[in-house]
Amino acid sequence: MRLKLKVWRQKDQLDSGRLVDYQMDNISEDSSFLEMLDLLNESLVEKGDEPIAFDHDCREGICGMCSLTINGIPHGPEKLTTACQLHMRSFKNGETITIEPFRSKPFKITKDLIVDRSAFDKIIEAGGFISVRTGSAPDGNAIPISKSDSDYAMDAAACIGCAACVAACKNSSAMLFTSAKISQLNSLPQGKPEKDRRLLSMVSEMDRSGFGNCTNYGECHAVCPKGISVDFIANLNRDYAKASVKNLLKTIG
Amino acid sequence: MNLNAKIPEGPIENKWENHKFRIKLVNPSNRRKYNVIIVGSGLAGASAAATLGELGYNVKCFCYQDSPRRAHSIAAQGGINAAKNYQNDGDSVHRLFYDTIKGGDFRSREANVHRLAELSVNIIDQCVAQGVPFAREYGGLLANRSFGGAQVSRTFYARGQTGQQLLLGAYSALSKQISTGQVQMYTRHEMLDLVLVDDHAKGIITRNLISGEIDAWSADAVILATGGYSNVFFLSTNATGCNVTASYRAYKKGAGFANPCYTQIHPTCIPQSGGHQSKLTLMSESLRNDGRVWVPLNKNDCQSDPRSISDENRDYYLERKYPSFGNLAPRDISSRSAKEVCDEGRGVGPGNRGVYLDFADAISRHGENTIAEKYGNLFDMYERITGENAYKRPMRIYPAPHYTMGGLWVDYNLMSTIPGCFVMGEANFSDHGANRLGASALMQGLADGYFVLPYTLANYLAEVGANKPDPEGEQFKTAKKSVNDQTKKLLSINGNRTVRSFHIELGQIMWNKCGMARNEKGLTEAISQISSLREQFWSDVKVTGKDSDLNQELERAGRVVDFLEFGELLCRDALNRKESCGGHFREEYQSHEGEAERDDENFSHASVWEYKGEKETPIKHKEELEFNVVKPSVRSYK
Repeated sequence: MRLKLKVWRQKDQLDSGRLVDYQMDNISEDSSFLEMLDLLNESLVEKGDEPIAFDHDCREGICGMCSLTINGIPHGPEKLTTACQLHMRSFKNGETITIEPFRSKPFKITKDLIVDRSAFDKIIEAGGFISVRTGSAPDGNAIPISKSDSDYAMDAAACIGCAACVAACKNSSAMLFTSAKISQLNSLPQGKPEKDRRLLSMVSEMDRSGFGNCTNYGECHAVCPKGISVDFIANLNRDYAKASVKNLLKTIG
Repeated sequence: MNLNAKIPEGPIENKWENHKFRIKLVNPSNRRKYNVIIVGSGLAGASAAATLGELGYNVKCFCYQDSPRRAHSIAAQGGINAAKNYQNDGDSVHRLFYDTIKGGDFRSREANVHRLAELSVNIIDQCVAQGVPFAREYGGLLANRSFGGAQVSRTFYARGQTGQQLLLGAYSALSKQISTGQVQMYTRHEMLDLVLVDDHAKGIITRNLISGEIDAWSADAVILATGGYSNVFFLSTNATGCNVTASYRAYKKGAGFANPCYTQIHPTCIPQSGGHQSKLTLMSESLRNDGRVWVPLNKNDCQSDPRSISDENRDYYLERKYPSFGNLAPRDISSRSAKEVCDEGRGVGPGNRGVYLDFADAISRHGENTIAEKYGNLFDMYERITGENAYKRPMRIYPAPHYTMGGLWVDYNLMSTIPGCFVMGEANFSDHGANRLGASALMQGLADGYFVLPYTLANYLAEVGANKPDPEGEQFKTAKKSVNDQTKKLLSINGNRTVRSFHIELGQIMWNKCGMARNEKGLTEAISQISSLREQFWSDVKVTGKDSDLNQELERAGRVVDFLEFGELLCRDALNRKESCGGHFREEYQSHEGEAERDDENFSHASVWEYKGEKETPIKHKEELEFNVVKPSVRSYK
């Protein structure tokens, strides 16, 4: 395949950045998108130019490290597919492909296509856990959990924390990510004791980090490589209202 | 080199209990006086960091990714073993212990393996309590499935994403400790050297991958949880960033490296499609529960549509050769059998390097929906990569480097030959012998991190007392300088070849001469080829960019430098081990049926290599293995 690439190059956080054109020839349809970038980088290095910096690690769609906006869509054109699992057979010969980082206000661009997503870790640190001391757990079968509840928790837990949802959202909202973690933990009996506390704390951290609110566009779900459902956001909104009222009543006494 | 394994006295069932009582403790109010460094945030690193933080130690945890949640444990698909016997099918701690010893081809340490089997049950409890959504039955109880090398169902799983869910559990526990300040997390930091003070490990040197800064960090103990070295083959199922650097630098500082030649080639990976390839993708072993492995009986059928080949013209070679384990034969045996049939010219797909994994029978028996529920994500992944629909035609699979059983030598306390330097998870050598059974890596990582190290580390700390050195001290300055010197040297060569091209060439040497089958001639050639490749690297490599910047070429160069030295050590160990066992198959040592032939008289030991300097040959030491409970026998899965 023959392709024209327009790739975002930015030296560091302070640089203003620009799209740079590259021509690629003889690309195999069986090659993955990142392997195509590997080949481009090899040719840049051979010429003595700096290769394009981009994040990647497992290359099997589970670590959440890759973070490319391809032709304006986070992770590119294929549904339920991370950029690392995208293959060149999804593109046409002669096509022009634009590659940019995941853009959103809370994620600063570190270099080229690499962004800083540490705000996601902060949201988890605010309450994305069940407080259980190592060694103090009861037997795994002590609390039966219905298959449907367990499946629901697993659907939510499948999130890989890539942040495509934020990059796709015009409000830079992290509601899909946050609601998925909260839904997983709050739906399980183990997570119930910290339910409200977890929810309020994670939402407030989300606001503090500068993520916007959800206005029900659903772009997040459309680009999510794991198909995380927007229903989790609805649940979060409902539970947030309940928890806030409970909290308010407590303060009034 | 002192290889006292410090295995506790007493019957095997009581060793760990006795040991826990005998070793020293650090009382809760004294723990805050101790500082601990953990390198790596996978299952072992994250679980240890969370547990030690919770106990009150000051922990610093380092990882090269942008978040601890991205460590490669996340990619484990199939499951985690535990001797719960929830299925009432005859499982027990002793059976898991026995299966693991046998699966490892009698090359692991009995006491460690028994402890692992004992702790397996606690891991499941811990993870369930953390909210890990394991698969469940309609009655609400935990579900199990079977895995290779076992005749009981003891594998717990979360769809095809068990590693992800277990890692996110450990990551959540770690995050809690980070939020309290008990653990300080340093992401995008790569360890480049280990620092010793008075022969004890007391710190590390890191490179900040964003700013390029080289920093020194000191502590009372250093724990390495830095994973395996499959990427020495360039193409493997590991993440592209996985590397041997931390382990190898510790080896160069005096830590013994045990059994580097024990590498696991996983039987069910998607075959390579071309030279552009950057990694190989695993299809979970759990697929072998329902998939049947076959190749055409006749070479002429290799290019035909597999669906058009009738049953009598198919060779279900695993079922034929190993009737009692069939498609669930252990990994080393399945991989080697696939190589054999492809060597005979009966392989399928590009280059005739592939075998079929066929679900047609399972789909007609259980229906497509049941199969989709069990393995849907794997079938989707297969289709994304190959463009083929595995519900309609059999998958093509071929073995690929996946896991490394060898690693830094550790005693029963998980301490390397350097006092104060502990090693956990895939990075150590102790539990899997010459072959790891499926669903046992997750078990070992979490056992080490949650339940072993927190005890054994306390014993060491209590013995040496709190004595964190000044990170500005002499030893730290020297180590920093040598790291800086290497970086400068790499950037100054400005030759003609890219780092990646060297890595690819090294991988080809390793795969062709030290892969699934090895022999004396090939290994001797490999050693000299690697040595000349290394020379070429240092005179002709081209590393672009600066050291004071985010520079992924420089990161890769540093990792390849170590792979180029380590690959030679791996081949040397393979050459030295004149027997076949588990994942190490020497063509000279096989039965007339082509099965691996061990030499217990001469090789019932762990080979532990001591670094002697750049131009010197490393020296081999032995830890003799004692089998008091399970008598080594010919490992049969027939």
